[in-house]
Amino acid sequence: MRFLHRHKGLIPYLLLAPGLAFLALFFVVPSYYLAHTSLQEGSVSVGYTFAWAWSNYTDAISAYHEQFTRSLVYAGVATALAFCISYPLAYWIAFRGGRWKSLLLLLVIAPFFVTYLIRTLAWQTILADEGLVVSVLTTLGIVEEGGRLLATSTAVVAGITYNFLPFMALPLYASLEQIDGRLIEAAEDLYASKLHAFLRVTLPLSLPGVFAGTLLTFIPAAGDFINAELLGTPRQSMIGNVIQSKFLVITDYGQAAALSFVLMAAILVAVLAYTRVLGTERLAR
Amino acid sequence: MRPVLKRVRRHLLTAFALLALAYLLLPIAVVVLFSFNDPAGRFNYTWQGFTLDHWLDPFGVPGLSEAMSNSIRIAVIAALAATLLGTLIALALVRYAFRGRGATNLFIYLPMTTPEVVMGASLLTLFLNLGVATGFGTIVLAHIMFNISFVVVTVRARLVGFDRHLEEAAMDLGANEWQTFTRVTLPLIAPGVLAGALLAFALSIDDFVITVFNAGATITFPLYVYGAARVGVPPQVNVLGTMIFMAAAGLMLATILVQNRRAKGAT
Repeated sequence: MRFLHRHKGLIPYLLLAPGLAFLALFFVVPSYYLAHTSLQEGSVSVGYTFAWAWSNYTDAISAYHEQFTRSLVYAGVATALAFCISYPLAYWIAFRGGRWKSLLLLLVIAPFFVTYLIRTLAWQTILADEGLVVSVLTTLGIVEEGGRLLATSTAVVAGITYNFLPFMALPLYASLEQIDGRLIEAAEDLYASKLHAFLRVTLPLSLPGVFAGTLLTFIPAAGDFINAELLGTPRQSMIGNVIQSKFLVITDYGQAAALSFVLMAAILVAVLAYTRVLGTERLAR
Repeated sequence: MRPVLKRVRRHLLTAFALLALAYLLLPIAVVVLFSFNDPAGRFNYTWQGFTLDHWLDPFGVPGLSEAMSNSIRIAVIAALAATLLGTLIALALVRYAFRGRGATNLFIYLPMTTPEVVMGASLLTLFLNLGVATGFGTIVLAHIMFNISFVVVTVRARLVGFDRHLEEAAMDLGANEWQTFTRVTLPLIAPGVLAGALLAFALSIDDFVITVFNAGATITFPLYVYGAARVGVPPQVNVLGTMIFMAAAGLMLATILVQNRRAKGAT
């Protein structure tokens, strides 16, 4: 205690040390081993040796570029859909929720209280061939006779949209809720139409939420493999499926690690590009 | 704008929001409903008939109770450890100005923005290269790791409004630093710490992706469900899923009610 009293500047570092050491050991160091493994040659039977095997990267990309593209496209579409569903919902709760706001928010995050795998399996039941949705859509002629929803891209994208929607809705709500209603009234007093007031006042002020929400949805969506596995077929498989099976089923560690690295890099590039676009747009205003 | 049109649009937004909420709640209703189903074969996909059997015997399928007990033990250990480590980091970040604070703030967000599949895979390469056998212990380590950031963010949010004058007052009245911490600081930050711990517990019990990479032969509840998905999920899984849902939702509802009552008392 006396020592601490004399060296007050040390206290924050002492508080940080255990947690940051843990993260260094089990978050930073593993990234090094992932890079190391991605350049190893060999197999489980003969063992792995480090050999600057860049071929792991070139082979993996040429073999799985299709799954890569699919992951980014599915994640992009799911993020856009989640935005279109979440924005009006978040807007409604923020401006019309009144004293029910907390309760309505509870309903928005309710899916998180059901185990991820179980709620995805529930979609399997809902979209099943003999299920209600398919029979209604067939009657309406939207799905052709004998057509399926399960095991299609639609099902996988729908599953991803559903599973990550609260990640979109919560930041949107947080930024919309902070908007001073008087600003919107002021715009309308100054003869802006409802639409104009929304486009010029509400939407720009909610951009931080849009930014956070889209990232929080896109990143886990691009790496997801549960939805493709439970709601799709190998024809819908995403890069997460490839990484998972290469690590845990085929035990082709070199390529699996290379693919993980490329996924991380691709997401980083996408996020940076996105930050630039949205960042400059905000500066221009 | 004409009033009729205005009213239509007002209701249009409400209708859309209610539809969106229905979409969010539909799968939950299916999970609950099918926990009462009496499936004819192995697959619990179509409604066959009402039964309470699975609720009366929620662990009536082999392996399920062991998986659930593993999940709970892992979640308790991981939540306690992550809460301790994360709370200390949050205290340092909110209450002290020091070199490297900005970098630490940024670093804390990294695990939250890394895809789970990449985190799970890189941890596996660590254990593979060091020759550590994966199992119960490695799952716990992985869960502590991904929970720390969430605890930091949760606790920090509650710490920001913290009035430091209360601590100074205690010191002026003759309390030493340890007494001040245990009698003043800790009770004040306790709600935030509890919220962080509950979040960590919930994230841990729900995690599949990072767990499947580092589980070895250990089976947790989500891993059990994953295995069962190929051969037909027993309705007992729906029962346990419903129980977890009711516990979590009930806890959140209670928190909201308490907060509302407090807010009313304050005015």
